[in-house]
Amino acid sequence: MSLPASLIGVQPKFETKGLKAGFKSTWVLNGIDIKIPPNRVTAVMGPSGCGKTTFVRCLNRLHELTPGAVVEGEALLDGEDIYDRNTDPVAVRRRIGMVFQKPNPFPTMSIYHNVVAGLALNGERNKKKLDHAAEQSLRGAYLWDEVKDKLTDSGASLSGGQQQRLCIARALAVEPEVILMDEPCSALDPTATAKIEELITQLKKDYTIIIVTHNMQQASRVADYTTFFYLGKMIEFGETADLFENPKEELTERYITGKFG
Amino acid sequence: MTASLKGSRRSGSNGDLILKTVVGAAAIGIVALLIGLGIELTSGSWLSIKTFGLGFITGSTWNSVTDTYNVFPAVIGTLTASALALLLGLPIGLGVAIFLSERAKGMRAGASALGSLVELLAAVPSVIYGFWGLAVLAPFMRDYIEPTLKTYLGFTQLFNATPIGTDLLTAGVILAIMIIPTISAVSRDILNAVPDSQREAMYSLGATDWEVVRKAVLPYARSGIFGATILGLGRAVGETMAVTFVIGNNINLPKSLLSPGATLTTLIVNQFGNTFDPLSEAALVEVGLVLFLLALVINILARVLVWRMTRSTRFRV
Repeated sequence: MSLPASLIGVQPKFETKGLKAGFKSTWVLNGIDIKIPPNRVTAVMGPSGCGKTTFVRCLNRLHELTPGAVVEGEALLDGEDIYDRNTDPVAVRRRIGMVFQKPNPFPTMSIYHNVVAGLALNGERNKKKLDHAAEQSLRGAYLWDEVKDKLTDSGASLSGGQQQRLCIARALAVEPEVILMDEPCSALDPTATAKIEELITQLKKDYTIIIVTHNMQQASRVADYTTFFYLGKMIEFGETADLFENPKEELTERYITGKFG
Repeated sequence: MTASLKGSRRSGSNGDLILKTVVGAAAIGIVALLIGLGIELTSGSWLSIKTFGLGFITGSTWNSVTDTYNVFPAVIGTLTASALALLLGLPIGLGVAIFLSERAKGMRAGASALGSLVELLAAVPSVIYGFWGLAVLAPFMRDYIEPTLKTYLGFTQLFNATPIGTDLLTAGVILAIMIIPTISAVSRDILNAVPDSQREAMYSLGATDWEVVRKAVLPYARSGIFGATILGLGRAVGETMAVTFVIGNNINLPKSLLSPGATLTTLIVNQFGNTFDPLSEAALVEVGLVLFLLALVINILARVLVWRMTRSTRFRV
């Protein structure tokens, strides 16, 4: 697999080597070798069941929480294997934020406490720091103006799109290095989707973003790099425009021209 | 051909009518039963209500020679034994539920086997708990637990008495054992119903297993767990047979947790054979009425609390 010219010599933020994952008897991922560049948006695209969600769930060690889950191979974050025997998954997850397919704010917490939930876990008690982080994160997620007067309301009282931005703010508040997004817009209407997509392109200044999507338009709108997964294998990786215009693999071409998927 | 809108399968058809009648009758029947019970208890105890008034609940004498019947000691006994049962049973029951739903997930078969075992505890007849309590638990409490409590906590009035084994504390322990299966079985179902997305949200923020349980799972399930607790409390308040074996059946006001006492239910079962005149009979029915009202008040309070818990959408910042 040849690296796109723009990435030669770039130190990858995330690199997987022979990453396999699955459940007891079946592999969902069959050995993924990929280099994710820092401060860029990388889209993982492919038909249902191709393993794209499992892939990102391996990157913050969430996959292993499912009963019967197995993982093999390496996943290097800044060159350090997060699957090393001595690595603490809790420490890994503190450096890697995640936004899920369906917005999942904590319904028994206020908007404010949803945002600072991660900081509270880290033991932060300083009210000034928490207030500052809450405002910064909500501004970062373009939600501040809509919620600043009702920070004490339940996180569940917001609309679906607002809830998803609240979840993004919650992920931002702990200042992760990487943000994983698992089809973050699939439960949202077009207006909310547009807001989230705009937000993603803003966030890459400070974060490395990996976004799972089965929406090709979305990939072409937000992603700098795109990879195509099929049946648990990575078929192709390249600059987004390049991959869509000149796919090198026949499978990729058939997928993006809508012949299957 | 278009199908007629005035078909034969209208909502007034036989099946619907029968269903409506049957379920409606069942619902009304339950309400009627409850009201009937209340009326019957009130009219049956009228003589006692007239004679003792509020003193029935506030007074401490139960004496058939002087024809004075008051139930304050039994009310205290019921509340104390039930509170003890909750205090001891809730942490354990909830702990079992958390283990079954959160920790034992990887081993489905093991968890479900353990789960049914816990539920089996709920099916053991209470007379067996009572007999076991008298034969095994009470001597154990008398010889080991209570002397220790007296030595270290005897300076408080609560534990300042000669250990005898058959007392309020032992009754509380027996009740705790009996309500654990109820609390754990219901709580486990509640915890299993917490969506995994809530757990994953907390994990992805860098939470440990314990933090996920404490900050994501338990808050989400709180009103359900509260319901499970009330169910357990209801069982503790109403339990008769097991308690009467180990509580010591003393109708005077207990001075400590190590003193023998009585509950409303054990008072009824123990005095049932001693009613020779209309007044003592009415007094015993009034004990039932007090128990009935106590259960009603607990349930109403629980409803209000759950309602307030789920309705409150504003939080402190």
